[in-house]
Amino acid sequence: MEKTLSVKHLIGIKDLTKEDIELIFSQADEFKEVLNRPIKKVPSLRDVTVANLFFENSTRTRLSFELAEKRLSADVVNFSASTSSVKKGETLVDTVNNILSMKVDMVVMRHSAPGACQFLSQHIDASIVNAGDGTHEHPTQALLDAFSIRERLGGVKGKKVAIVGDILHSRVALSNIYCLKKLGAEVMVCGPSTLIPKHIGHLGVKVEHDLRTALEWCDVANMLRIQLERQDVGVPYFPSLREYSLQYGLTKEILDSLPKRIVIMHPGPINRGVEITSDVADSNQSIILNQVENGVAIRMAVIFLLSQRRRTQAEVN
Amino acid sequence: MAKVTLIDSNHLRLIINRLCYQLIENHDLFSNTVLIGLQPRGVFFAEKIVQNLKQIAPNTTVNFGKVDPTFYRDDFRRSDKTLLAQPTDIPFNLEGKRVVLIDDVLYTGRTIRAGLEGMMEYGRPQSIELMVLIDRRFSRELPIEPTYIGMSVDSYDNQKVKVIWDDVHGNKVSLLTEAE
Repeated sequence: MEKTLSVKHLIGIKDLTKEDIELIFSQADEFKEVLNRPIKKVPSLRDVTVANLFFENSTRTRLSFELAEKRLSADVVNFSASTSSVKKGETLVDTVNNILSMKVDMVVMRHSAPGACQFLSQHIDASIVNAGDGTHEHPTQALLDAFSIRERLGGVKGKKVAIVGDILHSRVALSNIYCLKKLGAEVMVCGPSTLIPKHIGHLGVKVEHDLRTALEWCDVANMLRIQLERQDVGVPYFPSLREYSLQYGLTKEILDSLPKRIVIMHPGPINRGVEITSDVADSNQSIILNQVENGVAIRMAVIFLLSQRRRTQAEVN
Repeated sequence: MAKVTLIDSNHLRLIINRLCYQLIENHDLFSNTVLIGLQPRGVFFAEKIVQNLKQIAPNTTVNFGKVDPTFYRDDFRRSDKTLLAQPTDIPFNLEGKRVVLIDDVLYTGRTIRAGLEGMMEYGRPQSIELMVLIDRRFSRELPIEPTYIGMSVDSYDNQKVKVIWDDVHGNKVSLLTEAE
């Protein structure tokens, strides 16, 4: 049985099988070794051009994708919505088709609308990698999170992971839940009830509103940022950031009072002093910078696997 | 599919023994020599060579590494097969070393070319020699020739040479021919 990804695009973790995820991890292991070499570059994607389309702001993810592409020797074109014709009223399909007619093989896209990548995949031929679509999914982040847990704890299966914070607006949370569940971990979400989606229990996760209870239960705590930019709806979700921080902020005192040493993660950007204090973020229980490092290897693996030649349906039959 | 055994386990043992003595003849104490197995199948053969060298010359230390050619292949996006990487593990500096690159079957020479390129990322060796168990003669697509040969085989393009490493049921090399 030949191993290959079951998907043509990486739209969301929801579409992946457990075998897909494990295949990505096995290749990411090899790319991690490449990144520790004196020459951190391999020539595999010499004939591939990748367009990074960022319709929404990003520092880490965009840089990480760009580095991954360059270390695979792909040609890279960057695009950000703030400096483009999108401002002049061009539609998404038109923008992307224009870019693709310049012979681009793969599109990495971040967009503020949930489902933007799914929509685009129905209209273009190139492979699409979702770098975050609104409040929907952020698959490469979930992959690198699970990869980092696997690296630190030796595996994901059976581990208990608590995702704390703004679950309602977080694409990282949704992708993480899918990914961790597929790999056999137990997942709990924790936050004020206004920031936890109704019926989230149907995804097979536990729901907890008390931070200490969640932390005592888990092996890994993934602390999420409050997404103020998505909360501009008039009625606030909680009284004040200070109050949120007092109830859901992870401090050194709480961490040290726990019965076991848990692993601390954060997808970034960190709001120091809100969801996590500086001494926790910089402590040796935190793997936040390992996550960033693993991000490049995971994205290299995803791009490498998606850019391989695919047999057309006619060839398969 | 017709199957002919080219080398049985006794014969294979003799070949490995001979190749080891040839290595010792050229590299003496292996003081500046390293052996590199080519992933995936060359590594099994290379491990047998290292094992045997230790028995013949227990006082020499042989540095052994693995290199994976996947990222350097020239058929990426051209081949229908998904190319998957295996670990590269070269735990020493290659700068100025004499390298013996080891693979099981030499056919078109393209895998060796990719392996050479991957290996050179770790430094500039003084020289590189190539050892193969099976040399499928007259089928080269690149100007690559082995230094040490276990056995030369004449074969057609529709045939396959398969090396089976099985310590329990015996190692062997077979020539497979697809049914017409």
